[in-house]
Amino acid sequence: MDWLQIFNNTLASILSPSTLAYALAALGLAIHFGFGGLINMGVAAFMAIGAYGYAISILTFGFPWWGGALVGLVGAAVFALILGIPTLRLRGDYLAIATIAAAEVVRLLFMTTTFADVTGSAGGLGGYHASFRASNPFPEGTYGFGPWTYNETDLWVRVMGLMTLAFATLLVFMLTRSPWGRVMKGIREDEDAIRSLGKNVFSYKMQSLVLGGVIMAAGGIVYALPSAVNPGVYVTSLTFFVWTALLLGGAATVFGPLLGSLVFWVIQTFLTNFLSGLTESGILDMSSSQAGTLRFVLVGVALMLLVVFMPQGFLGDKKELTFVR
Amino acid sequence: MTDTRTPVVLVDDVHAGYLPGVNILNGATLTAYQGELIGIIGPNGAGKSTLLKAIFGQVQIRGGSISLDGEDITGLKAEKLVGKGVGFIPQTSNVFPSLTIEENFEMGAFQKPSLTAERIEFVMSIFPDLAKGAGLKKRAGGLSGGERQMVAMGRALMMDPKVLLLDEPSAGLSPVRQDEAFLRVSEINKAGVTCIMVEQNARRCLQICDRGYVLDQGRDAHTATGRELLNDPKVAELYLGTLGA
Amino acid sequence: MSADITPPVSRPKSTGLHIGEPAAGVKKVDPIIVASGVKRTFGGLTAVDVEHLEIPRGAITALIGPNGAGKTTLFNLLTGFDKPDAGSWSYDGKDLANVPAHKVARMGLIRTFQLTKALGRLSVMDNMKLGQTGQTGERFWHSLIPALWRKQDREIEQRADELLVKFKLDKKRDDLAAGMSGGQKKLLEMARALMTSPTLVMLDEPMAGVNPALTQSLLDHILDLKDEGMTVLFVEHDMHMVRHIADWVVVMAEGRVVAEGAPDQVMRDPAVIDAYLGAHQELDLGVVTGRVAIIDADPTTDAEASASVDAAVIEAEASAELDAEKENDK
Repeated sequence: MDWLQIFNNTLASILSPSTLAYALAALGLAIHFGFGGLINMGVAAFMAIGAYGYAISILTFGFPWWGGALVGLVGAAVFALILGIPTLRLRGDYLAIATIAAAEVVRLLFMTTTFADVTGSAGGLGGYHASFRASNPFPEGTYGFGPWTYNETDLWVRVMGLMTLAFATLLVFMLTRSPWGRVMKGIREDEDAIRSLGKNVFSYKMQSLVLGGVIMAAGGIVYALPSAVNPGVYVTSLTFFVWTALLLGGAATVFGPLLGSLVFWVIQTFLTNFLSGLTESGILDMSSSQAGTLRFVLVGVALMLLVVFMPQGFLGDKKELTFVR
Repeated sequence: MTDTRTPVVLVDDVHAGYLPGVNILNGATLTAYQGELIGIIGPNGAGKSTLLKAIFGQVQIRGGSISLDGEDITGLKAEKLVGKGVGFIPQTSNVFPSLTIEENFEMGAFQKPSLTAERIEFVMSIFPDLAKGAGLKKRAGGLSGGERQMVAMGRALMMDPKVLLLDEPSAGLSPVRQDEAFLRVSEINKAGVTCIMVEQNARRCLQICDRGYVLDQGRDAHTATGRELLNDPKVAELYLGTLGA
Repeated sequence: MSADITPPVSRPKSTGLHIGEPAAGVKKVDPIIVASGVKRTFGGLTAVDVEHLEIPRGAITALIGPNGAGKTTLFNLLTGFDKPDAGSWSYDGKDLANVPAHKVARMGLIRTFQLTKALGRLSVMDNMKLGQTGQTGERFWHSLIPALWRKQDREIEQRADELLVKFKLDKKRDDLAAGMSGGQKKLLEMARALMTSPTLVMLDEPMAGVNPALTQSLLDHILDLKDEGMTVLFVEHDMHMVRHIADWVVVMAEGRVVAEGAPDQVMRDPAVIDAYLGAHQELDLGVVTGRVAIIDADPTTDAEASASVDAAVIEAEASAELDAEKENDK
């Protein structure tokens, strides 16, 4: 058992693009669920639209990287509008069902061979990094120390991811402390009371849906930034992982999603490496793919226990539980 | 003169509420002996319905206790209470609109299907009007308010309960139907069912009940026999003189 | 209850609000709400069936009726919280059909709820601030730039503080609304409603569950609304309160308006008394059913008549009414 390797990898995951991407996605979900009370079971779809929007704009239409990013974000906003217009006037469960369906539709659209020359179908998309790397302000070299040692490209990706996360967090922080945030809090408490005071509840919920969706798309872009856009990633389990990260940290808080994603990824990485180490050294009698599956099982169990025993997460206020209506 | 009988229902200093930290009942007390017709009157918001719901296990009880024939039933779930002989008729949403009258009655005897036939006979003897027209095959959702009230009462009677909890049986009814409703409750009570009735039509309620409780701000403001309360000038002024006789 | 409290300092009642003889559906000199043919059924049940109703401007109108009469449903229909099956109604001359609840509120028609909707997990001050309409900071893009709304927020806070002092809730300004008593929550709901600068305030059972000590205060606040030029429509069961402050009374029973008029006159109307007390108030049902001896009869009833009447007579009347209804439905 190479403990040094295990710990090295685990610590490195704190700043991995995956963690940053999850933090963004969880932040977006916090806006949907924590602040708006909307149940979104299609987080993966929003992230996919961000990632594919980015990659396709660069590869097929020759956009620069920031143009691609813009397309990804706008795409998510449009998707949110399409989703919300029919469902937000109905009971909350309808949005949840609609998002599950929409997520599948999006995934299949990206998978179908009909659009293979644009989406890459099952093979996904790669090789769109030139534009992004060309804008890298950091000169060639090695940066950082210990487990956090990067070359200039890896550094650029992480800096970009962190800046996006910081910007999004600041945005959400400002919003929650503004009169807009006050109205959202009121809507979560009692929609009818807010309506009786002259506020357009539908409009506010839609704004929450769009904003959260755009931030999720940003997460998808950050995820795709260093490597490739693989359709096998944007599946339902991704949605549930983001939910786990959100609930772990605290659904109705600004920093909860960040903390939750961090803890989630650190533990995930640790488990992957640990289980791997166990199987390799023969202590655990199973193949490495089985160990991978075991990891998912453990995450699932953790999510169930979390929802039952600590639904407010680390930073949440038990009294503010949004489950209890 | 202290009563040495075990009360059928004993509510002892109960504190209860729906939302955390907010209590609707603040030390409510009630005693009902076998065969009595108990009336609960008082202003809206006093906690009358909440008291019934507390007995039926539908409100969180935060203090005090409730017992049925000496057995502690505090916080026991409704389905258990039905099995123990407690029937409840809520004020609204008290029939299954998509089911026929007969099916509603069958649902009432769900825990003891063998009783169904004989109980339907009993219920129809109390509510003969339900047999009119298409009779028991009528869809409950299409009935008028008064007929629904009868179906709701009938359904609660299907389990041959020893205690019946009624939440404002006269609400929403025409004047003559209100009187009829009170006569029905009296009839059911005479057949041996202990009845605890919350009412807004205080005068009618007190005319037929054996003992009454006046609830205000979640606790008993006054309790005496029905007649004593009817003749009490203070009670009359506050709760009975609704239209300034 | 309120009978023990001395009546409020005399404020003159408004008279001459109606045109012609007071009766259900009578026209008003200056109506602020005009409703016609409003019908709402739930399944087979007719909850509201109002042929014609006009609410007088600048006066305090009480909407009374036994439980289940359709008063809250009517409120919901008039304010856009529910859609009627048929009917038309207007507010200040503007047609309200299909206008969503929040737009109705913005037009100046504010309503409160039977079960108070004080937003529990928000502070009293936040509750008050939410009442203010036209806030720049509530718009998404503007909310991101504090400089755009800070000043307005401070002004709103000042206004809220003044109102809180008036309602004696100023000490609670930073407390969570959930920690207040039922009566205080009702006061908060009223104060919050005033933040919207309404023209018509519809109060659904403002006294229900309120400690008698606060009743007088609530009554005074409602009278203040009228003094400031607002119209008030309130649902209540407390007849003493209705007599004290209502200029006009509308009585509903079984979804219909059965009577209208000045408080004293309406409360003597036999149809109204029937709706509340049952069809035969001269009878003591205790005597009729044999539960009680004649000598113990309710003093307000006719003991002899009660003894000689058979319960079957009343049952027959109810049966006949049912048959008549079935005929009408055909």
